Amino acid sequence: MSTEIPARFADTSSWSYHIGNDYYRELSRQSELLREDWPESTSDELSRATSFLTREARLIDEGRFNDWLELFTDDCLYWVPVTPGGGEPTVEVSHAFDDRRRLTDRVYWLRTGLAFCQIPASRTRRVIGNVETTVDPSTGDLLVRSNVVVHEFRAGVTKAYPGWYGHVLRSSSDGWRIRLKQVNLLDSDQLHENLTLVF
Amino acid sequence: MTLQHDAVAGRPAAVRPDLHALVRDDRVHRTLYTDQEIFAEEMVKIFGGRSWVYLAHESQLPEPNSFLSVRMGLRPVIVTRDRAGVLHAVFNRCSHRGATLCREQSGVAKSFQCPYHGWTFRNTGELVGTPWPQGYGEDFDRTEFGLHKVSRVESYRGFVFATLNESAPALTDWLGPATGWLDYWIDRAPGGEVLVRSGVHRMGYRGNWKLAYDNAGDGYHPAFSHRSLLEMASRMGESKDMAYFGRSPDEGPMRTYMLGNGHSVIDQRPNYDGPGSFWANQRPQPGRERVEEYIRAEYGADADRLLDLCVGSQINLSIFPNLLIIGNQIQVVEPLAVDSTQLSWHATSIGGVPPEINTIRMRTQEDFPAFGEPDDQANFEEVQRGLAAPEAEWVFANRGLNVPGWQEVGPDGVVSSTATDELHMRHYYATWLDLMTSGGAR
Ligand code: FES
Ligand SMILES: [Fe+2]
Repeated sequence: MSTEIPARFADTSSWSYHIGNDYYRELSRQSELLREDWPESTSDELSRATSFLTREARLIDEGRFNDWLELFTDDCLYWVPVTPGGGEPTVEVSHAFDDRRRLTDRVYWLRTGLAFCQIPASRTRRVIGNVETTVDPSTGDLLVRSNVVVHEFRAGVTKAYPGWYGHVLRSSSDGWRIRLKQVNLLDSDQLHENLTLVF
Repeated sequence: MTLQHDAVAGRPAAVRPDLHALVRDDRVHRTLYTDQEIFAEEMVKIFGGRSWVYLAHESQLPEPNSFLSVRMGLRPVIVTRDRAGVLHAVFNRCSHRGATLCREQSGVAKSFQCPYHGWTFRNTGELVGTPWPQGYGEDFDRTEFGLHKVSRVESYRGFVFATLNESAPALTDWLGPATGWLDYWIDRAPGGEVLVRSGVHRMGYRGNWKLAYDNAGDGYHPAFSHRSLLEMASRMGESKDMAYFGRSPDEGPMRTYMLGNGHSVIDQRPNYDGPGSFWANQRPQPGRERVEEYIRAEYGADADRLLDLCVGSQINLSIFPNLLIIGNQIQVVEPLAVDSTQLSWHATSIGGVPPEINTIRMRTQEDFPAFGEPDDQANFEEVQRGLAAPEAEWVFANRGLNVPGWQEVGPDGVVSSTATDELHMRHYYATWLDLMTSGGAR
């Protein structure tokens, strides 16, 4: 069920009319799907999904956040829950719950050169594996699940963030776009220092 | 040999410098942030031995026999409700050989059985039994082996505090004028119903716990430390929310109030006027446009009041030593080591409003800390690094000191000043010194 978005709110990097109860319901449906057992992936789907994730990972690790932002749909969500598995975002806070506007803000913020928590900036490298894919029967979107370890070096300290990604990819005229990226940190509800790197 | 002889003869123990020399009118000594022994003493005296400390919010213990694991300084503590609903706090430390009993964050339990040798304790602390009691002599008296109880546990309108100091003042006396500010914050929620069950941002930094307390009452730093946030907020034009910290804040109407016993508050509300003003000045959060349309259509004249509740309280209330009320969040300062601290930002929801209001509250409680607190914590860490230089001894808190016209005494005796005055630090360090030296039983 999609909401009629008034024309003046069409630019979702500036407006956020589309996040309502129906959006949260759809998110919870997708998030549940991402945790279900899936049939074995076809090798074609798997290799295309893997190369998409690899390219996305490289854009982040090279700090090309504007290019990374271009990978997302207008109604996207970059979501890093606090509650393991996702929890209930209508009544719980997340580390990141970024619609297109907030994600644009985040990238803008990282690039102001004034965010002291990112001076010096995080250097990251991530390794992705255990990729699985399936098709969302109700939307035709591609669901991708993978394990990830993000290694970070900043201000003299090296850290590792293990967890898993759930991606919902929608095909567009020029390839896939990210409708949802759910980042599930293994210790999402525990103590973290300076969680300002991009996952 | 000589060394050993001296040791046996008993050289005088190294005398710690008098703390009075380390806390001056305009400055404090760097060792208050770096010295292990001072830290160890703070954890005993400031965090419960003499002072009241904040432990939990009652909504985290929703039913009879609820429990919650917390820390009181470095002491592991279980806060419990007994079957009648009365609050208790016991050390999470088995009276047999010391293991923690409760290893869950929260839950419901009438009793706790130690996983090591199976001693079982009621949730009020009494020892119920030991496995194979015949192994203890006739004179074994169970009543002597209960859990160590925190002697005083009191709640102020849902905020649970505790102390081990029998002669500490009543909680409301310790809080003093801070109760009025807590009342304002609580009463924003219809019926005063605040729920602390919406997730926690557990943020850590490699620095002393007082760096967070210094900062909580500091109206001087936002224009600098939060430049990235202020800059981000102007991406879509006019800068919103905390922008008033960026314009010469001393000329503005914001004030900081000293509430006694180390408590203080910065009142940002004078930057706003009338119902709907908090909402109008809020940086836009996910779903804002939709919720505003819905609330205005459904609630008409009441919409401004409801929408304002999505936004923070516009006060920063610091209750010494470990409770910081900021926006809609309850922030708890949890020291881990002299140079390591956890700041737990507990998100809150409220009763008596449509669910959409609470959902936007979640989104606003992500925006800050996410885009603000890490910059402060990076600065705390860099302070800790800077303080490694022993020859540069002092940390200054002299802004506003002896500046004519800044401090005023209100009719209630509360001293206030412009928000960039470092009065907050000078004020709480007086309490700190008192608790660390003679006082605490006032
Ligand atoms: S340490 Fe608890 S029963 Fe032995
Ligand atoms: Fe700050």
